[in-house]
Amino acid sequence: MITLSHYIVLGAILFCIAVAGLFINRKNVIVLLMSIELMLLAVNTNFVAFSRFLGDVSGQVFVFFILTVAAAEAAIGLAILVLLFRNRSTINISDIDSMKG
Amino acid sequence: MNPQLLQLICFYLFGFIAVVAALAVITLKNTVHAVLSLVLTFFSAACLWMLADAEFLALALIVVYVGAVMVLFLFVVMMLDIDQEKMREGFVKFLPVGLIVAAAMLVEMLGLIGVKAMHAQVMGADPAAMAGVSNTAWLGQALYTKYLLPFEVAALILTVGVVAAVALTLRQRVDATRHESASEQVRVNPRDRVRLVKMDAVRPAQPMPVPPQEPSS
Amino acid sequence: MGLSTSILLTIALAPLVGCLLAGFLGKFIGRAGSHTVTILGVAISCALAFYVLYQLTLGGAPVYNQNLYTWFQIGHFSASVGFMVDRLTAMMLVVVSFVSLLVHLYTIGYMSDDPGYKRFFAYISLFTFSMFMLVMSNNFMQLFFGWEAVGLVSYLLIGFWYKKPTAIFANLKAFLVNRVGDFGFLLGIAGVLYFLGTMDYTTAFAAAPSLVGKTLQITANTHWDAATVVCICLFIGAMGKSAQVPLHVWLPDSMEGPTPISALIHAATMVTAGIFMVARMSPLFELSQTALSFIMVIGATTALFTGMIGIVQNDIKRVIAYSTLSQLGYMTVALGVSAYTGAVYHLMTHAFFKALLFLGAGSVIIAMHHEQDMRYMGGLGKHMKVTCFTMWIGSLALCGVPFFSGFYSKDAIIEAVGESHRWGAHYAYLCVLAGAFVTGLYTFRQMYLTFHGKERFTVVEHHGHAQLDDHHDHHEPGVLEHAPHESPWVVTVPLVLLAIPSLLVGFFTVGPMLFGNWFGNAIHIDEANNVMAEVGKDFHGAMALALEGFGQPPFFLVLAAFVITTYIYLFNPAMAGKIKSALKPLWTVLDNKYWVDNVYFAVFARGGVKLGQGFWKVADAGLIDGVMVNGSVSVVHRIAATVRRLQSGYLYHYAFAMIVGLIVLLGGYWLIGSGVAGQ
Repeated sequence: MITLSHYIVLGAILFCIAVAGLFINRKNVIVLLMSIELMLLAVNTNFVAFSRFLGDVSGQVFVFFILTVAAAEAAIGLAILVLLFRNRSTINISDIDSMKG
Repeated sequence: MNPQLLQLICFYLFGFIAVVAALAVITLKNTVHAVLSLVLTFFSAACLWMLADAEFLALALIVVYVGAVMVLFLFVVMMLDIDQEKMREGFVKFLPVGLIVAAAMLVEMLGLIGVKAMHAQVMGADPAAMAGVSNTAWLGQALYTKYLLPFEVAALILTVGVVAAVALTLRQRVDATRHESASEQVRVNPRDRVRLVKMDAVRPAQPMPVPPQEPSS
Repeated sequence: MGLSTSILLTIALAPLVGCLLAGFLGKFIGRAGSHTVTILGVAISCALAFYVLYQLTLGGAPVYNQNLYTWFQIGHFSASVGFMVDRLTAMMLVVVSFVSLLVHLYTIGYMSDDPGYKRFFAYISLFTFSMFMLVMSNNFMQLFFGWEAVGLVSYLLIGFWYKKPTAIFANLKAFLVNRVGDFGFLLGIAGVLYFLGTMDYTTAFAAAPSLVGKTLQITANTHWDAATVVCICLFIGAMGKSAQVPLHVWLPDSMEGPTPISALIHAATMVTAGIFMVARMSPLFELSQTALSFIMVIGATTALFTGMIGIVQNDIKRVIAYSTLSQLGYMTVALGVSAYTGAVYHLMTHAFFKALLFLGAGSVIIAMHHEQDMRYMGGLGKHMKVTCFTMWIGSLALCGVPFFSGFYSKDAIIEAVGESHRWGAHYAYLCVLAGAFVTGLYTFRQMYLTFHGKERFTVVEHHGHAQLDDHHDHHEPGVLEHAPHESPWVVTVPLVLLAIPSLLVGFFTVGPMLFGNWFGNAIHIDEANNVMAEVGKDFHGAMALALEGFGQPPFFLVLAAFVITTYIYLFNPAMAGKIKSALKPLWTVLDNKYWVDNVYFAVFARGGVKLGQGFWKVADAGLIDGVMVNGSVSVVHRIAATVRRLQSGYLYHYAFAMIVGLIVLLGGYWLIGSGVAGQ
């Protein structure tokens, strides 16, 4: 039988993988963006599970909104990335340090 | 076979694929492969959501993410000339830190959630089915009544996102030849382009015969 | 028939209108226009003031007391502009407007070639207005307004010749010293408001007996009598305005101003505002024997010791200034022994003869081409007979020679002090008696030095009038361009007009005003303190009093002074120098004015500068600039320099910080959660 904890644990595992991804791929912006998508997926999984187990539609509505915002975020993020590459010919985060204090 | 057991087996199967694919996303050297792994992760997650009777969202995930966002990712990855080796710098160096942080977080999260208590929560009947409607209708009813304003706002956000993405990447190509300004075309004045010249309908005069030269002394 | 509001308003506002016209439209109406409008304004006020006096004295008009306008309102307390006109006010009105009118006239002659002519007229008219507001007020607030307004005009007029450094110094000094007094005055008014809850005279005086027994807690074990505190605070205001020791230092210096001003403001009217105020507030002052003793001692000290300084002065105006101080001291002593009527009466007679003396001195100064040093005068009597004659009248009145007006008021004060049994009355009696002698000495010395004896100036005839306009420019002391001559009629007519009351007013008014309860309810005297009644028991008419005066000690003292000065300055001029060297230490003390000025300068002025420098260097530059302004900047700078290292600008540092924070937060929750669960 599938229980709530199955989904929650899976969400936590996915989330932590994403966090690890942020850490070990600190140069590649694309992988960073993908890690963020992975985090959102983990969160969404939790929402879906809670909605299902509590019988409340709000969780799924929230997932809907998160998908919307994530799509917009991905689009703008990638646009920025393209712009960045066009101007500096790199997407290496180590090179994007003009804000360094 | 017990359908619940089948469900559980499916859950483990898709869950396993999702975790492995997620690990692949963050570890694969080739970014294109990483993107494809992410697609796989999304697929498995969609299947898991399907298991939780969230059919609409599962399909939306596939359509929106796999169909649009991930294609965009692939597009960008392939379009940009990325030095793969350089991107991998520090991978080994930060691997332990990343693992420790991730493990610590996982332990803390699980500890906080209280897995045992959650374990008692068995998945019951589908609330949508109990209401006698499909999942899509169930979600739609909420979305178009109670959450109408947020829904509209979300639409607006998407629009702004599209406009922003276009505005950011659009550039004036000064060197392009097959490009003309529309406003310039509209503002064209006939007098600038055509000059009407009135001429007499006569033959051109015959060249004058050269007068004989006076002999110079 | 009662007094109508419009008449009183006209009295107050006519000079103000004149002032505004001369002050703001002076350019259009010219010199003649300026003096015409201002004199007209004051003349109207003067005529109406006489009318008001007539109505109140003979016409049987009741006391006028009415609020005309609400100035401002704070909660339940409202300050209004209103008039209270009783006989005391009426007398002040007549004195102020009469002297002011004559001074206006006199100014035409005195300031004839001064570039600030129109400004001067505007100022004195403004002064007249302010003084009217002061004396006609029916509440403390308006009194304070008039009080400050006359102070302002006094400041403006002392510094009238604003290019003269000594004048600037003098007006600053007058202003600052008056601030000290006004601070006390303001505290006194605040005390009245605090204890009596009202600013209105009538209400406050009616409630005054409730002050008895009230105390003001200063420290845990110190309780001060409320009436004493309030009265002494109010009197400190009077000390500043009426130049009592130790706030007297500004008055002699105020002689830097033009002479008509010295006559009007610094002798006849403004400086007596303090006396008027105390007399007006007699119901309050009667409550505190301590305050009255204080007043008496201060007054007696002023009367004697400032008079002594007058003996060694050489500047003709300064002699009269010190004499004014001394006479103000007499008035204050009278207040101190509860002889308010005596004080006010002396105020009136003094206003006439002191204005006369000042204007006479001004006439002499004109003749001497703005030379004020008596050492370069002498023998002027035969050149300017009217001035000399009128000034003798003024001098005899000042000395209190019987039949002259000064005699009646001064003699009454001396006798009242003699009758008083208040603490310090013996000291005060000695002071006022000795003061009579001192008065004689400096007055007759001044008269002899100025009008009699040998001429100590030389006349060098200059042909050509190039230098005439520039009369502040003394080429050589005691050298005149042409012989001194009598002043024009605008100068001498006021002298004569002032000489008449100086001579006669005492004889005709002493009966009703001093002993006849003429002031009615305007002045309140406690039965136990009524020394004037004691003095009045022996009063059998002005003639009898004057004849009796020839046998009294004050007259002998004045006579002695007359004989001594006559011998020294007319018959044996060398003796003055001998006496001076014989009494060298005393002379030094007097010449330095008891070093009061020096002490003030060293303590307050230098101390103020030191304090200011201390604040500047330590508090401002060190504490505010150094520690607070620059200090906060450098602290921020240092913190920022450290914190800045955290802002690496690398995205992964921030992400790392976020995630570490998240882990710590989760861990915290976990620990707390398990702790709660464990219980």
